[in-house]
Amino acid sequence: MKERIVLRVFAKPLIPLILLFALYVQFHGDYGPGGGFQAGVIFGAALIFYALVFGLEKAQKVAPPTFLQSLTALGLLLYAGTGIASLVLGGNFLDYSVLADDAVHGQHLGILLIELGVGTTVASVIVLIFFSFAGQKQT
Amino acid sequence: MNLIAGLFNYWVVIFLMMAGFYNVIARGNLIKKLIGLNIFQTSVFLLYISMGKKEGGTAPIVAGADAVYSNPLPHVLILTAIVVGVATTAVGLALVMRIKEAYGSIEEDEIHQRDGEA
Amino acid sequence: MIALLDILLLSFLVVVVVAVTRTRDLFAAIVLTGIYSLLSASIFVVLDAVDVAFTEAAVGAGISTVIFLGALALTSRSEKVSSHPSWGALFTTLTTGAILVYGTLDMPHYGDPAAPIHHHVAPRYIQDSPTEVGVPNMVTSVLASYRGYDTLGETAVIFTAGISVLLLLRRPRQSAAKEEQQ
Repeated sequence: MKERIVLRVFAKPLIPLILLFALYVQFHGDYGPGGGFQAGVIFGAALIFYALVFGLEKAQKVAPPTFLQSLTALGLLLYAGTGIASLVLGGNFLDYSVLADDAVHGQHLGILLIELGVGTTVASVIVLIFFSFAGQKQT
Repeated sequence: MNLIAGLFNYWVVIFLMMAGFYNVIARGNLIKKLIGLNIFQTSVFLLYISMGKKEGGTAPIVAGADAVYSNPLPHVLILTAIVVGVATTAVGLALVMRIKEAYGSIEEDEIHQRDGEA
Repeated sequence: MIALLDILLLSFLVVVVVAVTRTRDLFAAIVLTGIYSLLSASIFVVLDAVDVAFTEAAVGAGISTVIFLGALALTSRSEKVSSHPSWGALFTTLTTGAILVYGTLDMPHYGDPAAPIHHHVAPRYIQDSPTEVGVPNMVTSVLASYRGYDTLGETAVIFTAGISVLLLLRRPRQSAAKEEQQ
């Protein structure tokens, strides 16, 4: 492991910065380029980087595959749930104007919730796909 | 001359598309085929985004009173397409891994041969 | 100036694609595909599509390369040279390319503001998005609010792809072997 020492020292401060950047992109998708998909991919890339430098077992302890599977479903559920919530509150499916008193605030709230759902699903699916690929034994 | 300057972008993109297409149909290796498909997809995205550009326009983020914005609708379409493309590539590669397990090779003619023997 | 940048990036793309087609080493082909994605992301920035460039750089040059390399680790590194030249494929490719070029002769020129694509729904989105949705990034407002239903379908596609990969690559035989040992 001696030849990996530069990578390990370099990765330790870098991975939290990548995760922070992913959160920034997620929540600032309204004001600049960004949004749920980009944030989810960057989050997944940070976890993949961790798995590449520190090994697959350690990465699977940080992000257990069963937990990631539930997160995948929860993200999609959050998105569809926002649509159902707007149905329950009297509007059409995915009509965010009824989610708050003011139509524009309702739109902001709706967009925030669905981007969160999208980001969660994309991040967990990408990490799960990587774990499945990397966990294959060489024949 | 005006025609070439106006349509040059599209012709180069069509060349890239056809190069990807050639990789899909002419190569026997399954991973090379998937690489060709990926190149084909990305050049299609280039085609759509070129169609949405307005001369003198800027990115479609609100900036000032009378700015000319490039069309945001192709951008939305291609955002969806990029992510769906990577999802399809992942499933395709998982299939390639299982084919390698089942047949022992990822060359198309060797797989057909083994299918013919079985 | 922008036109020069455009032509330079497009010629790099052509060189990379020709290299991908001619190489037999799959590792080199995968890395070249990553370079292709990165150059496409640069062209997207020149074409004012900043959201798309962001996504293409992250997804194409990042995730796609990683999963291709992951699949390559379990298969052989170089491609088998085919014994017979593929004239049928070349002919099909050239014919399709010629038909597509003939089709572009009817298209509006690149960058034309009077093109039909800018005249139907897009002006309404550009005009009404600041007042109706109130979000500065118009791509986000169209993606999440005006076309939210399509984005729901897209998230469902990603979900399905994740489940498919899990189903394909799960290893039930290890648990069966353990049961035999017990």
